[in-house]
Amino acid sequence: MLRVRDLRVSYGVPGGRFAAVDGISFEVGRAEALALIGESGSGKSTIALSLLRLLPEDAHASGRVELLGEDLLELPEASLSRVRGSSIAMVFHDPLAALNPVMRIGAQIAEALRAHARLDRRVAAATALDLLQTVGLAPQTAKRYAHELSGGMRQRALIAVALACGPSLLVADEPTSALDAVTQRNIAALFRKVRRERGIGLILATHDLELAAELCDRIAVLYAGRIVERGAVSDLLSKPRHPYTAALLRSVPPGLGGPRVRLVPVPGSPPPSWARPSGCAFRDRCSRALPDCAAAEPELTGSDGREVACFHPVEAA
Amino acid sequence: MTAPLLELDRVCVDRGGIRVLDGVSLSIETGEMLGLVGESGSGKSTLARAALRLIEPTSGAVRWRGRDLLAFTPRELRAARREMQIVFQDPATSLDPRMTVAESVAEPFEVHRLATAAERGDRVTELLRRVELGPELLHRYPHELSGGQAQRVALARALAVNPALLVADEALSALDVSLRAQMANLLLDLREGAGIACLLVSHDLRLVASICDRIAVLAGGALVHLGPASGIASDTRHPAALALVEAARPGIRIGRET
Repeated sequence: MLRVRDLRVSYGVPGGRFAAVDGISFEVGRAEALALIGESGSGKSTIALSLLRLLPEDAHASGRVELLGEDLLELPEASLSRVRGSSIAMVFHDPLAALNPVMRIGAQIAEALRAHARLDRRVAAATALDLLQTVGLAPQTAKRYAHELSGGMRQRALIAVALACGPSLLVADEPTSALDAVTQRNIAALFRKVRRERGIGLILATHDLELAAELCDRIAVLYAGRIVERGAVSDLLSKPRHPYTAALLRSVPPGLGGPRVRLVPVPGSPPPSWARPSGCAFRDRCSRALPDCAAAEPELTGSDGREVACFHPVEAA
Repeated sequence: MTAPLLELDRVCVDRGGIRVLDGVSLSIETGEMLGLVGESGSGKSTLARAALRLIEPTSGAVRWRGRDLLAFTPRELRAARREMQIVFQDPATSLDPRMTVAESVAEPFEVHRLATAAERGDRVTELLRRVELGPELLHRYPHELSGGQAQRVALARALAVNPALLVADEALSALDVSLRAQMANLLLDLREGAGIACLLVSHDLRLVASICDRIAVLAGGALVHLGPASGIASDTRHPAALALVEAARPGIRIGRET
């Protein structure tokens, strides 16, 4: 359904341009869910924004983003509004910023419906109420403003707006990271429900490995603008092969009730995109790095949907 | 027996006619790591602020080293504040955007008249080293820092005055997983090295359980559970605490030894 080929996105900064996304290719099948796992600066949000062509003016994108055979990067602006909302819709990280503060929730959902589907005003209002029910909000929520809702309710409202035009693919950028733990679980359950009921595909950009495991079929791990490892969720998380993936997993606190263990964080922090080391971008922080890691950039290779970009991957136990 | 470092005794806080903190009693011992968890709106941040008298409790008592904090004169409060520091969730809004890292970290020395101007440079570099930041950041402004770096600068500022108690109000929540683990270890190091007690406010029960000695759970402004971190999954009966335990269920099985 979605096919991304050699996507490169650079931003202009004083003194040059830097690559936020550095040659990324992936595919998402119908009703499939792919997680883009990465930390700040990994390029995951830039990828999410490129899929809807929502990048800022100074960004330059190349490559292909094919949705149902159409290259979105080539599409004229006028045709984009047809694609956005009805084929592909976005759920942002901060619902307070994404919702209109001076418009009632019901009107915002109806606006999305009318912008894309040319519905009669009354039909749109009625459909908005159905959507509120789908996302687990009471009908009275239609009359409320964003500031009157809790964080979890706002995120539900935003999901209702995204679902309004029946998209076949949802792009969600850290949809739960601003919420408390219990609300996070509820929103994750809502994503599962709408995917099951509507057969929607999902691209989830997040640093939360557990959310990815809960919602997605496959994971692509990003580091410094590239995919460094990719595979089915259970396989990748139980047998990480890239040292970065393995290190990320060691940063996750263990389950409750066990003995206290000191977490093992990835040392240092990701290199800024204008100061990436030669060769493998992770080698400065990697416990397995050898001299050859500096010489060339490892390519993403593998088979059976399990790929890794590393010269010295963690061996499968 | 010596008095606890900080003690809250039936503290209530009303806001706009609503009781947001309802008769909370708890104490923090010297060098203790106490986790404070609860859902959004449960009163965690209110408790953290009331404990430092950043907001005035409506009723109840707050004792600092056994003395009534609410009766302190402004002068006494200022002296006590040197020993109690807070790091907030969003370092971007807690650092002054017009001050360099060096100026921000040196400011507490001026406020509390702690070091001579000549000594301050070395002390600042030393503080940055303690939070694992290099001297190359000294002349950067907050907007030139990553989120993780900015949060470490906020922590360095808090450490400048050698506090006995550090309140981390969701200070780890906005960080990526690996940075969060780094900061968690840093807090453990500070406890082990300098005996700093920490009130770690978070909604992430697993993180709190992995580094704290005891855990307090707030729900609707009331304390509904207080006990050793190791027993949080088995000892609690309160529905709000159980909901947090349930939400903290590990979503992935991972091989920790690689």
